[in-house]
Amino acid sequence: MRIQCPFCGERDLSEFAYLGDANARRPDPNAPDAQSQFFAAVYLRDNPAGVHHALWYHASGCRSWLRVTRDTRTHEIFAVELAKRVEG
Amino acid sequence: MRYSIFSLIGQALRGHRDWAPAWRDAQPQRAYDVIVIGGGGHGLATAYYLAKVHGIARVAVVEKGWIGSGNVGRNTTIIRSNYLLPGNIPFYEFSMKLWEGLEQDLNYNAMVSQRGVLNLFHSDAQRDAYVRRGNAMRLHGVDAELLDAAAVHRMAPLLDFENARFPIKGGLLQRRGGTVRHDAVAWGYARAASSLGVDIIQNCEVTGFIRQAGRITGVETTRGEIRAAKIGMAVAGNTSRLAQMADLRLPIETHVLQAFVSESIKPLIPGVVTFGAGHFYISQSDKGGLVFGGDLDGYNSYAQRGNMPTMEDVCTEGIAIIPAMGRVRMLRSWAGVMDMSMDGSPIIDRTPHAGLYLNGGWCYGGFKATPASGWCFAHLLARDEPHEVARAYRLDRFATGHLIDEKGQGAQPNLH
Repeated sequence: MRIQCPFCGERDLSEFAYLGDANARRPDPNAPDAQSQFFAAVYLRDNPAGVHHALWYHASGCRSWLRVTRDTRTHEIFAVELAKRVEG
Repeated sequence: MRYSIFSLIGQALRGHRDWAPAWRDAQPQRAYDVIVIGGGGHGLATAYYLAKVHGIARVAVVEKGWIGSGNVGRNTTIIRSNYLLPGNIPFYEFSMKLWEGLEQDLNYNAMVSQRGVLNLFHSDAQRDAYVRRGNAMRLHGVDAELLDAAAVHRMAPLLDFENARFPIKGGLLQRRGGTVRHDAVAWGYARAASSLGVDIIQNCEVTGFIRQAGRITGVETTRGEIRAAKIGMAVAGNTSRLAQMADLRLPIETHVLQAFVSESIKPLIPGVVTFGAGHFYISQSDKGGLVFGGDLDGYNSYAQRGNMPTMEDVCTEGIAIIPAMGRVRMLRSWAGVMDMSMDGSPIIDRTPHAGLYLNGGWCYGGFKATPASGWCFAHLLARDEPHEVARAYRLDRFATGHLIDEKGQGAQPNLH
C-alpha cells in the first residue's frame, strides 16, 4: 500500500502512522447528554467493510495529518486530503 | 464411528475405503432452539457444549463458507494462559484445562502439545514486569516459572544471547502452554457436535435478522429463513458487519494480522518463544516449519492480506533473537481479520435485542480461548446468565468504565 501525500507525492506505507476513524468527533462537553456522546465518540465505530475514512500522520515526511479514503476490502485508496482542510 | 487404534487398524486392512464422513453436511430446517452464526472454532465449540452440557439438541451452526475457513485455520496455533488481569486469568486457565482434556472428550486427535511458552525479557524493568505477571498467574493457580539466562540457554541455545541492544536476561515460562493443530479443532468440534444432533449448515450466509414484537426471532440467509428462540453471533473478524444488520454499533474495529511459515527444517525451537523487546512469537510445527508472527498491520482492514512493511518488521525481529533464521527461506504468509475491541479483551454477553447474543472482540487471541469461549457462550445462551469465568466480558463495560486493558493502551485498537 502506498499513500499519495498532497505535499510529498506517493510514499511508502512505512512512512505513515495510523490514528483511526476520521469521522469520530469530540463532542460538546457542555451538552446535556455529553457522557453518552463521549462514550460513542471514544468507543463505538462503524467499522465498515468498504469505503472508510481514516486519519494518517505522515510521520517520516511532512508531518501532516491526512484524511485517507480507502476501501478496507481491497486497500484501494480513493482520496487523500489534508485533514485540516476537510475539517475546516 | 468412534476413532481408536482398532478402527484405524481395521480401516488400514480394508485400504481406508470405509471411513464415514466426520460430520453431516446438514440442510437447514425451518426452526431450531438455538442458531449459532459462524462455523469457526468458537461457533462449533458453542454448538457442541450446548448439546453436550445443556442438552439442547435442536441447534444449528450456519456458516457462510465452509467450516474452519476463517481464523481458526489462519492463526499461529498457540495456547497459553499467562495473563495478568483478574478478569482474564480464570477464563484463559479454564480454557487451558479444557484443552488438556479436549482430545479424550471429542475422541479426536487435535495434536494438543504442551511444549511450553517462553516469554523472554531483556532488561531489569521487564524482569520485574514478568515477575509480577508470574505471581499474578500463580495466585490464580496457573503454572509459571521464572528462568534466568542460563536456564533459557539450556532450553534454546540458538537464541542470540550476545545481542548488545537486546540481551536475553531470562524468561517467564508456562510449561503447560504450547500448540494445537488448529484445523483439527474445528473438525473435532464439528464431528462431536454433529454426532449429538447439531446441524452444521455450510454455504449459508446470514443476510439479515427477523424481528417480531421487539425480539430477534430468526435469521434470513442465502438458503432461506431460519427461526430460533435464541441466536448467537460467533463471527469474530466480521462481528461489526453482522451486528449492523441488527442496528448495533460496537466497540470493535477490524484489523488485519499476518502470519508466516518457513520451509521445513530440523528441530530448532523447543516450544513457543516470544521476543520481549518487540512483538514477535515463534514456534515450530511438527512438520518442521517455523511458524511466526508479530504485530497487526495497524489499519482497519477486511482484506485478509497484509502489506510488506509489517512483513519486514516481523522478520527483522525474528532475526534479532534467532540470527540463524536469516538463512531460512520463508514459504508462505497469509493474514486473517481480527475483531479488535477497544480494550483488547473479548465480549461474551447479551445484546440490547432480546434473543440475540454476542461472542466477539477476540482481538488476535481467539484461538487459545476456543474451548472456554464455546463453553461460556453455550452457558449464556442456555441459561441467560454469564458463566462465572466470563463475567467480566460485558458489552456495557466500555460505557461503565470496567475495562479489561491488559496492555494499558486505551481505546486505540491497533496498539493492543
